[in-house]
Amino acid sequence: MDDNKTKAWKYVSVIAILLVTNHYLQAQDTDLLKLVDSEKPRKEYVKNAFKSPRVIQSQSIEFLRPGTMDFRILHRFGQLDQGYKNFFGLDQASMRMGFDFGIKRNLMAGVGRSTYKKELDGYVKYAPFMQSTGPGSFPVTIAVVAGVTMDGTSWADPARKNYFTSRLAYYFQGIVGRKISDAFTLQVMPTVIHKNLVQNAGDGNDIMAAGIGGRLRLSRRVALTCDYFHVFNPLTDNNYHDPLSVGVDIETGGHVFQLHFTNSTGMNERAVITETTGRWGKGEIRFGFNLSRVFQLKKQKVK
Amino acid sequence: MKKIRIITTLFCLVSVSGYSQMSFTKTGKVEFDATAASSPERIEGTTHAATAVLDTRNGQLQFSILIKSFAFERALMEEHFNENYMESDKYPKAEFRGNVLNMAATDFAKDGTYQVKVKGKLTLHGESRDIETEGRLQVRGSSIQATASFQITLADYKISIPGLVADKVAKTARISIDCKLEPLK
Repeated sequence: MDDNKTKAWKYVSVIAILLVTNHYLQAQDTDLLKLVDSEKPRKEYVKNAFKSPRVIQSQSIEFLRPGTMDFRILHRFGQLDQGYKNFFGLDQASMRMGFDFGIKRNLMAGVGRSTYKKELDGYVKYAPFMQSTGPGSFPVTIAVVAGVTMDGTSWADPARKNYFTSRLAYYFQGIVGRKISDAFTLQVMPTVIHKNLVQNAGDGNDIMAAGIGGRLRLSRRVALTCDYFHVFNPLTDNNYHDPLSVGVDIETGGHVFQLHFTNSTGMNERAVITETTGRWGKGEIRFGFNLSRVFQLKKQKVK
Repeated sequence: MKKIRIITTLFCLVSVSGYSQMSFTKTGKVEFDATAASSPERIEGTTHAATAVLDTRNGQLQFSILIKSFAFERALMEEHFNENYMESDKYPKAEFRGNVLNMAATDFAKDGTYQVKVKGKLTLHGESRDIETEGRLQVRGSSIQATASFQITLADYKISIPGLVADKVAKTARISIDCKLEPLK
């Protein structure tokens, strides 16, 4: 009996020790979140490859969010090499006013009007593939842009029969780009521009070009940007050159300022790629800025 | 002797099973409001995807919130929130780990509303700070409605507000929590 009693007490004390340690363990910080954590990795689209839907002159792989409108003023002053007489080009200005609309995550469209050639332009940009992470991820964004431009100047030769369609030019662009790191984004843009009417018999109706654009983020709100197009079959009559633009994006609340230097006057794809006359080497560059203000047309669902 | 063994073993089992008296949610609502007094627009966001766990035995309370789950009326505000202020790619989650201090004042077996004090560590934007706040636990059957509202100073979490938007974004944000916790089975 005594033996049994001591056995029983032994057992009880062991249990008691267990309980105490059990209680002690409970009082420790345990990771409760782990108990319910069943977070599956989700597919997530990579955002903010660029601060705005344009690198500088060129379209970027970035899209406006659905339900927003971007009011953009693109501004180019005169050439720097004109010296003090024209205040380094600031006396002259060329601009394009545009409205861009975000329709879907991967679809946007816009219209604009430029002072250069009184040109009206419109485009649609669509991305069938977007860079993403997680399951079913895709390494790059592939976008296509289709646009049309309409020359608004009076006919060069009013005597001949002029067709409305002669005012039109079209452009088709593919954009393949990747936000390589948080700070660095790179994209390439093969482009073809079709002009219904060309000035010289020697000019081709279709002009081929390939572009490259990039962004280097310097801080949370400031980034360096650059875009360049190489034109394979430029127009014959003048000395046309490849457009190169370098700039700085500065973001302040609802605005993005893009300050830059460029050798082109025009501000739509047709004008930039086929009719850039300036040469960087000769100082025939212009100071310019893009001002972008995004408006929310349709409020997002929160509740 | 056998009886003692059975009883103590049962007692032991009960105490072990009691260990997992957890209530939780994965759809908790958390709002923040950082609207400055002079701001023409509301600087506020809401998520309905907060994870929260409460151990009703010892009052341990933990929250985890995906920063990217906050939704805003304006897309640009959401973008700036993630890109410029919270840097949600670098710091994807906000977490709170703490305790209900006055557990003695609550009875989870009885329906009712209990005022509680909560203290713990809030980690967001890579910075941890001790916070203490009052909240309310409303017990109804097996579910617990947990609500709280408190203020945090953004500079404590190294979230800087540039001068240009200082008239819109306040230096502090009010965080409001509303979660319905259900027993974890």
